[in-house]
Amino acid sequence: MMPRDAAGLRMRKEAVSSRGMQALALGISVLFLVMLLLLLAKSRPLLSGYSLTEVLLSSHWDPARGQFGFAPVILGTFYVTFIAMLIAVPVSLLCAVYLSEYAPGRVRRMFSSFIGVLAGIPSVVFGICALLVFVPLVADYIGPWVGVETTGLCILTAGLILAVMVFPIAISLSYESLQALPIELREASLSMGATRWETTRKVLFKAAGPGMLSAILLGFGRAFGETMAVAMVVGGKNQMPSLFAAGQTLPSLIVSSVGEMMSLPLEQSALVFVALFLFVVVTVFNLLARWVEKRLQARWKI
Amino acid sequence: MKDILIRTENLNLWYGDKQALIDITMEVPGNMITALIGPSGCGKSTLLRCFNRMNDIIDDCRIEGSVFFGERNIYEQGIDPVEIRKNVGMVFQKPNPFPKSVYDNVAYGPRVQGIEAKKNLDRIVEQSLHDAALWDEVSDRLQESAMGLSGGQQQRLCIARALAIQPEVILMDEPCSSLDPIATAKIEDLMGELKKNYTVIIVTHNMQQAARVSDYTGFMYLGKLIEFGETKQIFESPQEQLTENYITGRFG
Ligand SMILES: Nc1ncnc2c1ncn2[C@@H]1O[C@H](COP(=O)(O)OP(=O)(O)OP(=O)(O)O)[C@@H](O)[C@H]1O
Ligand SMILES: [Mg+2]
Repeated sequence: MMPRDAAGLRMRKEAVSSRGMQALALGISVLFLVMLLLLLAKSRPLLSGYSLTEVLLSSHWDPARGQFGFAPVILGTFYVTFIAMLIAVPVSLLCAVYLSEYAPGRVRRMFSSFIGVLAGIPSVVFGICALLVFVPLVADYIGPWVGVETTGLCILTAGLILAVMVFPIAISLSYESLQALPIELREASLSMGATRWETTRKVLFKAAGPGMLSAILLGFGRAFGETMAVAMVVGGKNQMPSLFAAGQTLPSLIVSSVGEMMSLPLEQSALVFVALFLFVVVTVFNLLARWVEKRLQARWKI
Repeated sequence: MKDILIRTENLNLWYGDKQALIDITMEVPGNMITALIGPSGCGKSTLLRCFNRMNDIIDDCRIEGSVFFGERNIYEQGIDPVEIRKNVGMVFQKPNPFPKSVYDNVAYGPRVQGIEAKKNLDRIVEQSLHDAALWDEVSDRLQESAMGLSGGQQQRLCIARALAIQPEVILMDEPCSSLDPIATAKIEDLMGELKKNYTVIIVTHNMQQAARVSDYTGFMYLGKLIEFGETKQIFESPQEQLTENYITGRFG
């Protein structure tokens, strides 16, 4: 039996520490709300002067003349993200399948810790590597090959490096959702004379589908919001996106304009609006990823 | 006399450095039920999985010796385990239906083996579900997810799924261990039916079950096949002290 005071003290400690942690968790959630409100408030000047549709649909961007059309940057962002996903989705899924279903244990362990490391590399490093590899690749090989003259600082290059940056998250999350499947599922399929690939395609893809879809959506969010690496190779020109031409994305617009931000109040508001837009889209994709995973799992009774 | 369908010769198996099967030589008669019994970890599942080369999927597993199906050694060089498995159905300890409809579960094997015509699949699915004594319970919910069936129904679905590939041999690894007595009785009855058309090898921890359903019994201990013979003989007059200790429950 424990002495009374000691037991009381332990309980009080327990109560205080659980309250404290609760408060911290609450504080973090409040932080999220505060950020949202702040962005909303600071976007007001722009939105009181221009209508939302005008801002979203107009393609003229010239802050000095009071023109704030985001269509080129919004399209540019979707464009690079789309290119990135086009490459990253199939490559990541196949990579995850190889790792989870084919690779011998030693390779699997090595590769999955390697993927973890890759995910932690600062994006500016990816940017530098893109400057060293992808820019010349696009300028000297891909461009001439399709018969287009380009500096290599363009939408395509940004899409390529984004694909590389999506790999770690997309591979590791889809790998995890494959690994979470019980071995019995594979054995059942193999025992009926299915090959590994048939097993993967007909059973595992479906069973791990919700997790994989969620991995893809999170990868999308990652690509959509990526700033530094894109800003370094996209060319930084605010015009309608085209594969081999310099372009601009929402995040790269903010970094490239942040120096001037102080001078024009309306431009400042416009950039805050861009941040708000990013905030909302990325949040929606993250929530969507979770929701889709839950819904599909419930629907398929996995 | 009995016809021998499967014969193992000096079968040795290692997981890494650890030997799990030691020099197993045995003869499994066709159209009979053969039970493998023995204490936990003695290698029953491992031996069972040698009959359809399921151990091939384990990374560091090494096998020496032969397993003959008739005249053919399935461990011979150049034999494709995928082909072997098409002839051997397997039912696992835990019911493991695919997250698909009842129909698609049963049609899975035939589809993998190239049967596509809806009419043929319908026939096979119905027949297999009948044979697994499940048809009456699921005939009106073939398109519903198999995950919604009860545990006993799921296990019979897994049996139906194994039957649908029209195998010669069915391997069952403790198929009743997660089922209640009623579901167990159903599956035991089923085995009696199955042996008319199939050769069944079953691993079980339940001695009464082995005595009830099987024609032949093998007793394993620490990776060795200690004794093999007609079930009646094994249970009534075992030749080995170890066997006797085990079946009388005097085990140290
Ligand atoms: N995949 C594996 N890797 C390494 N060792 C294994 C593996 N599977 C089984 N073993 C080992 O091989 C031995 C035999 O295992 P097996 O599963 O065949 O026993 P069992 O008789 O089926 O036992 P149980 O009645 O508990 O199912 C055990 O010592 C086990 O630890
Ligand atoms: Mg076992």
